Amino acid sequence: MSRPDTAVLSAHGVSLSYGRRPILESVDLAVRRREVLALVGPNGAGKSTLLSVLAGDLAPDEGEVRLDGTPLAQWKLRDLARTRAVLTQEHKISFPFPAIDVVRMGRSPWRGRPEEDHDERVVAEALATADVERLAAQPFGLLSGGEKGRTSFARILAQRTGVLLLDEPTAALDIGHQEAVLAEARTQAAAGAAVVVVLHDLTLAAAWSDRVALLHRGRVAAEGPPADVFTAPLLSLVYDHPIDVLPHPATGELLVLPDRRALIAREETA
Amino acid sequence: MTATVPGPALRAEAGAGRVADGTAALDRHRRRRIATLYAGLVGALVVAVLVAGGSGQLTIPLSEILGSIAHRLGIDAGPMPSHPNGEYTLWNVRFSRIAMAVIVGGSLAVAGAAMQGVFGNPLAEPSVVGVSSGAAVAAGFAIVFGLRFAGDWSIPVCAFVGGLVTTLLVYALSRSDGRTEVVTLVLTGIAVNAVAGALLALLMFLGDTQARESIVFWQLGSLNGSRWTYVVVVAPLAVAGVVIALACARSLDLLALGERSARHLGVNVEALRIVLIVVVALLTAAAVSFCGIVAFVGLIVPHLVRMVTGPGHRTLLVASFLAGALVLICADTVARTAVAYTDLPLGMLTSLVGGPFFFWLLRRTRRTSGGWA
Repeated sequence: MSRPDTAVLSAHGVSLSYGRRPILESVDLAVRRREVLALVGPNGAGKSTLLSVLAGDLAPDEGEVRLDGTPLAQWKLRDLARTRAVLTQEHKISFPFPAIDVVRMGRSPWRGRPEEDHDERVVAEALATADVERLAAQPFGLLSGGEKGRTSFARILAQRTGVLLLDEPTAALDIGHQEAVLAEARTQAAAGAAVVVVLHDLTLAAAWSDRVALLHRGRVAAEGPPADVFTAPLLSLVYDHPIDVLPHPATGELLVLPDRRALIAREETA
Repeated sequence: MTATVPGPALRAEAGAGRVADGTAALDRHRRRRIATLYAGLVGALVVAVLVAGGSGQLTIPLSEILGSIAHRLGIDAGPMPSHPNGEYTLWNVRFSRIAMAVIVGGSLAVAGAAMQGVFGNPLAEPSVVGVSSGAAVAAGFAIVFGLRFAGDWSIPVCAFVGGLVTTLLVYALSRSDGRTEVVTLVLTGIAVNAVAGALLALLMFLGDTQARESIVFWQLGSLNGSRWTYVVVVAPLAVAGVVIALACARSLDLLALGERSARHLGVNVEALRIVLIVVVALLTAAAVSFCGIVAFVGLIVPHLVRMVTGPGHRTLLVASFLAGALVLICADTVARTAVAYTDLPLGMLTSLVGGPFFFWLLRRTRRTSGGWA
C-alpha cells in the first residue's frame, strides 16, 4: 500500500526543447495523492508543455516521468487511460456527436471490464457534476466555448481515474462555473486523486490548490503552499509586472492583484 | 424550522436521475431511427435487386425471378423464366452484375466513411483525394503491360498497391498538426488527380488499341461485363476491408476528439491510422479493379447516412455499406436501361450527381468556418 503522501506522478530532471529553443530545463516535480497542485507562470513559461510531458504526449529530451513508480514509456496506452485523465485546452470535434456521446467516450478505457457495468450511472453523475445535463442531446460542436469546456470536464470525470491533469480548465468559464470546476477538483483530491491544474488566475490558484509550482523560463522558480510562493516581490519579478498580494478583508484568503498605479500614472502624464 | 432546500448532494442525485431519463429517451429515439433505417435499407435492397434483375433488354417478370430463385434454393414453386435465355441472363449476366454493384457501392461508401474518420474531414473520399486514380494508374499499368503475375488477382493486387501508395502520399501531404484542412485536402486531391491523369494518359499512349479501350472504359467506370469470376476475386478484399473497418469503429469515434484526446483515452493513434489507410486501399482496390472509377459514392452515402444515424461509426459503417450497395444497384440499373441498347458509363452518372453535391458540401463546410457541426 502506498502512503497517502507518496508521489504518484513525478518528473525527474525533465528537459525539452523545440529546435534550439529550450522549453523546460531540468524540471523536478512530484504530485501526490489527495492534493491539488497548481502549475502557474507567465505565457511561455512551459506550463502546458510540462503538462504534456506529464501526460505522456511529449517525450522529454532528458529525464523521465514516472507514474506509480513506472516510467511513462513502459505504460500501455489503455492502462494509462484508466490511471490518468487529461483535459486539454482545445475542445474540437470532427463530427456532430451529441454532448452525451462525448461524455460517454470517457468510459471507453473501461470497456470489457467489470467497471463497464456502471457506465450509465458514472456518465449521469459526471453530467450533473459539470452542470451540462441540459446540453446532453445537443451537438458538441455547436456548444459555446465554456459549455464545451464543461462537457470535456464531464468526460474526464467519467473516465474515473486517480490522476487528473487539467490544462486551464477554467478558461472561457463564467465565475460560478470556474469555482464549481475547481471545487470538483478538490473533491476528487479529497477522495484520493492527484490533481495537476494549469491556471492563469493566481487568486484561483491560491484559493483551490494545496501546492503551487511557479514556472519561470522553463524552470520551477518556486514550489510550495500558495502562501509561501505567492509573495509580491517574487511574482512581480517572474511576471515582470508589479503585483500585490493581500489578504481578503473578510475571509483572509490570498488575493493576487496587479498593481496598476505605475501604468495609470504613465497614462496620465502622456 | 427545518431547511426545505435540498443539500447539494441531494440535488446532484436528483439531477442524475433526470439525466438518466432524458438520455434514455434520447437513446430510445436513436435506436428506433437506426432500426427503421436498417429495415428500410434492407427492404429497398431486396426490391432493387428484384427490379434490377427483371429489367433490361430482356424483361423478366417478377414471378419468374422469384420462381427461378426458389428453384435454385431447391423449392419447386413458381414459374421459371419463359424466355429460352432468361435463366442464363438472370444468373450469369444480371445477378453477377448486381453482386458487383453491391461490392463496389458498399466498399466505396465504407472507404469514404473510414477515410473521413481518419482524416477528421467530411470531404475526404477516395476519388476526391485521388486514391481511386492512383489505384487506376497501377491497374492500368497491369493492363497495358499484360502483367499476369498473380492470375486473375494481378489487376486487384496492382490496384491495391497503387491505392495504398496514393493514400499514404495524400495523408503525408495534406496533414499538419494532426488535422487536415479542407483547402489542403482538396488542393492535394487536385494535384494527385492531375499527376494520375497524366500517368493514365501516358499509359494510353503506350498501350495498344485494346488496352487503350479498356483504360478509357475504366476511367468512365462501368459494371458492364461483371462476371462471377471477378466477383469472387474482389469479394474477399471487400469483406476484409469492411470487417477491419468495423473493428476500428469505436476508435474512430474517439479519434473525432482529436489525436491527442484519443490517445489519452487509450487509442494507439499511429497504429489505427496505418490500419485504416490499408483498409481504404483494400476497399478502393475492390471497387476499382474491374469497374474503374466510380466517383463520389464514398462522399454522398456516408454523409446522408450520418444525417439519419448520427456520427457513431459502428452504425455509420454498416448502414453506409447497405446504402452504398443500394445506390449503386439503382444507378447501374439506370445506366443500362435509360437508353435502349446502350450501357451508359456509371462513373459519369455518379459524378453528374456527386459533383454538385460535393460543391454544396464544400460551401456548407466553409460556412461553418472549416469546422463540422
